[in-house]
Amino acid sequence: MTKSRDPSALPAGKEGIMERQFLKGNEAVAEAAILAGCRFFAGYPITPQNEIPEYMSRRMPAAGGVFLQGESETASVCMVYGAASVGTLAMTSSSGPGISLKAEGISTLAGACLPAVIVNVMRGGPGLGAIQAAQSDYLHATKALGHGGFRVIVLAPSTVQEAIDLTYKAFGLAVQYRNPVMVLMDGWIGSMMEPVTLPEAKEPVTFSYTGWGAKYFNPSGVGVNVVTSCLLEPEYQELLNIRAGEMYEEWKEKEVLAEEYLLEDAEYVIVAYGTAARAARTAIGELRGKGIRAGMIRPISLYPFPVEHLKRLDRSRVKFLLDTEMTLPVQMMDDIRLAVADAIPVHSCGRSGGVILTNEEIVEAVELAIAKEAR
Amino acid sequence: MEKKITVAGFGGQGVMVIGQMLGYASCKAGRNALFLPKYGPEQRGGTANCSVTISDGEIGAPVSRYVDTLIAMNQPSLEKFLGSVRPGGIILLNSSLCRWEGKRTDVRVAEIQADAIALEIGSPKVANIVVIGAYIQLSGALSEQEMLDAIEEKLGKRPELLEMNRKALRTGMERVTLKE
Repeated sequence: MTKSRDPSALPAGKEGIMERQFLKGNEAVAEAAILAGCRFFAGYPITPQNEIPEYMSRRMPAAGGVFLQGESETASVCMVYGAASVGTLAMTSSSGPGISLKAEGISTLAGACLPAVIVNVMRGGPGLGAIQAAQSDYLHATKALGHGGFRVIVLAPSTVQEAIDLTYKAFGLAVQYRNPVMVLMDGWIGSMMEPVTLPEAKEPVTFSYTGWGAKYFNPSGVGVNVVTSCLLEPEYQELLNIRAGEMYEEWKEKEVLAEEYLLEDAEYVIVAYGTAARAARTAIGELRGKGIRAGMIRPISLYPFPVEHLKRLDRSRVKFLLDTEMTLPVQMMDDIRLAVADAIPVHSCGRSGGVILTNEEIVEAVELAIAKEAR
Repeated sequence: MEKKITVAGFGGQGVMVIGQMLGYASCKAGRNALFLPKYGPEQRGGTANCSVTISDGEIGAPVSRYVDTLIAMNQPSLEKFLGSVRPGGIILLNSSLCRWEGKRTDVRVAEIQADAIALEIGSPKVANIVVIGAYIQLSGALSEQEMLDAIEEKLGKRPELLEMNRKALRTGMERVTLKE
C-alpha cells in the first residue's frame, strides 16, 4: 500500500477554493462529491474508476464521513441505500460490469424514492469487455438502469471541470427529486488531468425520510417511518408509478442541459457527448478551415434528452446529422431520429472497445457523409 | 499555440511523471493543459505512454492521429510511435536506450543521453527530469523557472532532491542536440 498523503493537504481547504489546480477526472469527481456534502461512499474496485474509491478512502474520513469498500458491487449499492435511508447524502461508483451488478440496488433506490448519486466511468463492453475507455452504456443508463421501468437523470461531462460541476449538481437534483442521479463519464474523462477550479464546500444536508417516500402512498403508512420499495397494494404502487411519470415529464421541462456549438450557419451537425464531443470540437475547427460549415449539439443531460434542441434545427439548411460516439454500433441513434422525425438524415461515426476516437476520423466521416448525400 | 506530445517508454522509466510535470507546469503558468495516461493491465516492465496537450486556448480532442513531438524513452516506443509525428514535428530520443535509424526524413530529430547523464548526476531516477529539460529547450513551451516551480511543488522540497532535479533539468537543456 502506498503512503497516504496528509488529508489536510488536499484541495478542500479554504485557501484551496477558487485556486486553479491540475486534477485527474476521477479524483476531481470524488472531491466534488465531498464539497457537495456527500458523507457516505461505498464501492468495489474496477478499472477505470479506481481513483474514486482510492481518493475517498483517505479524504472521506478526514471530512467526517464514512468510506466503505464493500464485499461486492451489490453490497456497496445496498450500503448506499442504507445511508440514504437515514438521511445522508451518499454515492457509489463503478464501471459498466459493476453497474450491472448494482442494477437491483439502483432500482430499489428509485422504488423507495431515495436520493443517491451513482457514477459510471464507462469502459468497453459488453461483458467484462475492455478496461480502456468507451461510451458503451448510453442505452443502459438512459433506458433501463434496472428492472421496473424507472428513469434517472443522466449527466455526461466532457471536461474535468464539467465532471466537477455536474457531480456537484447531481446531489442537489437527487435530493430535490428523491431519486438516484447518474453521472455518466467515459474512462478518458476519469483518467485525464486538466486545470480546474473547485466549488465552495456545502454544509452536508441531512434529510428525514418521515413524511415522504414510497410507503406514504399508502395512507395507513403515514407516520410510520418505514423505508421500502415494496408496496404490495397495486393501487398504491400505481400511484407511485404515476407520480414518477409526472416527475420524468417535469425533468423534460426543467432539467435538459445541452451545448449548441457553431449552429447559427451549420449545414452539418454533429451530435456527440463526453470525450467524443471534444474530438468533434477540434474536427469542426478543421472542417470550417476547409469551408465546410459544421456545428454540434452536445447533450449534457442524456436523460432527459435534448429533444427540443434537435427539433428546432433549421431543416431547410441542415443537410445531415452525424451521431458520433465511442461505441459501435452507436447508441443515441434512436433518440436522435425520434427527435428529428426522420426529416433530417442521420449518419453515424464511432470507434469502440476502448479505441479512442480522433478528430481526423470525424473529419473523414463528415466528408464521407457529404459524398454519400451528394449521390 | 497548441502543442501535442506523446511520451512513451517502459513502465518504471518515469514516463507518466514527464507528462504530468509538463501538465502541472503549464497549469501553474496559466495555460491550458491536458494529460492523458495510457497503460495496459501490467504494472512493471510493460509499455507505458501518455499524451500531453499544452495550449493557450480551449483543448478539444485529447488524442489526435498526429502529434507535434514524440519523446521516446526506448527503442520499442520509437518504432511504435514513429509514424504518429506530423511532418515537420520533433522526435526527441533518449539516446542512452535508442538509436536513430533514419527511417523518416521529414521530421527533426533530437538526442539526449538521459540515463547516462542521470547516472553522472548521481541517481538513475532523474533521467526523466533530464528529458524534460531537453524538451523545454527544444520546444520553448515552458521556461526553466516555470518547470522548476512545478518540480519543487510536486517532486519534493528536500534540498538534496531539489538540487539534483535542478541539475538534471539544466543539464538536459544544455546537452540536447539536434541531428543534422
